[in-house]
Amino acid sequence: MTTPTYSVTRSSQAARVGAALGGLVLILLIAAPWWAGRADMRLMGELFLYLALASLWNLMAGYAGLVSVGQQAYVGFGGYMLFALTMFGGLHPVAAIALAGVLGALISIPVAVLIFRLRGAYFAIGTWVIAEVFRLGFAQISTLGGGSGSSLPVAIVRSLASKRALRESLSYWLALGAAVLVITAVYFFLRSRKGLALTAIRDNETAASSLGIDIWRTKFIVYVVTSAFTAMIGALIFLQKLRISPDAAFSVNDWTAFVIFIVVIGGIGTIEGPIIGTLVFFLLRETLADLGTTYLIVLGVVAIVVMLKAPKGLWGLIRSRFDIQIFPLGYRVIKRNPS
Amino acid sequence: MTAILKLQNLKKAFGAVTVADNQSYEVQRGEALGILGPNGAGKTSMFNLITGTLKANSGRIEFAGKDISGWSAARRSHAGIARSFQVPQPFSGMTVFENAMIAATQSAGLHGHAAEAHCIEVLEQTELMGKANVLAGSLTLLERKRLELTRALCTKPDLLLLDEIAGGLTEAECQSLIHTIKDIHASGVTIIWIEHVVHALLSVVDRLIVVDFGKLIADGDPKAIMESPQVKEIYLGIEADA
Repeated sequence: MTTPTYSVTRSSQAARVGAALGGLVLILLIAAPWWAGRADMRLMGELFLYLALASLWNLMAGYAGLVSVGQQAYVGFGGYMLFALTMFGGLHPVAAIALAGVLGALISIPVAVLIFRLRGAYFAIGTWVIAEVFRLGFAQISTLGGGSGSSLPVAIVRSLASKRALRESLSYWLALGAAVLVITAVYFFLRSRKGLALTAIRDNETAASSLGIDIWRTKFIVYVVTSAFTAMIGALIFLQKLRISPDAAFSVNDWTAFVIFIVVIGGIGTIEGPIIGTLVFFLLRETLADLGTTYLIVLGVVAIVVMLKAPKGLWGLIRSRFDIQIFPLGYRVIKRNPS
Repeated sequence: MTAILKLQNLKKAFGAVTVADNQSYEVQRGEALGILGPNGAGKTSMFNLITGTLKANSGRIEFAGKDISGWSAARRSHAGIARSFQVPQPFSGMTVFENAMIAATQSAGLHGHAAEAHCIEVLEQTELMGKANVLAGSLTLLERKRLELTRALCTKPDLLLLDEIAGGLTEAECQSLIHTIKDIHASGVTIIWIEHVVHALLSVVDRLIVVDFGKLIADGDPKAIMESPQVKEIYLGIEADA
């Protein structure tokens, strides 16, 4: 009698092909300042920042089950921190972005302690209320322009780079870097032990806690880390916009509704979902934006159709057909019969 | 013998319904204890209290000499208490192997290859190795029950709580499950087993507790208890056809 031996692998053919293609695309994207026009680079920069926001929201809502509709609190907070730290702290914009992340993490701690008492729909509404509190709070700060907001002084903008072309390239690379950093961080986090715990929470909290997973702590860590990164992305967004106001900074439409749309149609609870969702969202926006309100109606219809026809999003649809994973998180057991 | 689990005056009520009425008993290390009782008697609640899914209103639970009454479910799992759920609770979006890996890495604290090797060993023991790469959500009932057992074993438990793990299985499936449970017990794991399939229970346990309305109404040698008029009355119509 022969006893089979087993080995465990965490990679796959699709992942290797995906990594090679991804690397190639990344090189092309890094080189964009040499082949793309100004308008295209601006658009791509915005796309990368949405991709980062969507990947973060997906980690928080799709894995940790924290369906927040208030992440604009951290986008706006990060944006305002960029302005405050550069204008009054005299920091270099890149240093201000990093520090905005740290401050975002710090402020998210008391917020988490407060809103983690709420569950489900109450949690969602609670996060929105918190974001409104942030908006009203920043509207009171007159040195930052109060309700009407303020512009980033030219000197600070110049400190990034004196030439406009270089400045635009730098801003583009920062956005690309942020998206790559966020996706890489999410990928390695989900592959780790803590990530395995988080995926278990996604599927079944009762079983997860009986298998030794501290649910509150895991969710808390995810909330603080996503909020910190969201604040950094927020700082980057407003470094590109050069102007901030409470309504723009804490817009639920721009920083949460569109992000949820991206994640839901792409496929919640997967790394690939937000990437596909972002591409679809920008494709729709760029082709339909001239239609005004009709564009929003089309977005709504697309969301409804995808939810009905592919409840696990477009990536879920692809995955159910082909059983592939570009970002291999899972384990595969391979049986080897000794000859 | 030393007690691995000690319940002292444990009480739990949901409004007017008492699910644990002043329960006190000890389980010795290496014992196999069976729990019998009609539906709604408070058997699963007893497990929920021991594993920390429910908090008692009053009373005390000791595990391996430590008072664990205030501990969370996760901490009790780390300490060595594992359970199977009566209604299987798989991580449906993950494969069988990944389900096992969660128990091995999170509760047993194993890393890398040690965790993988442990999971493979347990999956072979529970006869689920052939399904290792299958999504847990697509398993049959028997396979789901075996997955419950697999995950519990992957935590490297000292105390294993089995909640109606033989219910709904065919006779052949049941026999093979009994065989697996006997092996687990023989390896030194203390077992508490709730089961309505009385012949399966009696073929493994060396002590029986009968619960009704949250109260312990009998505790001792399985044969003597099955003969007692009180238990026969509760189980009127249910025969121990072992």
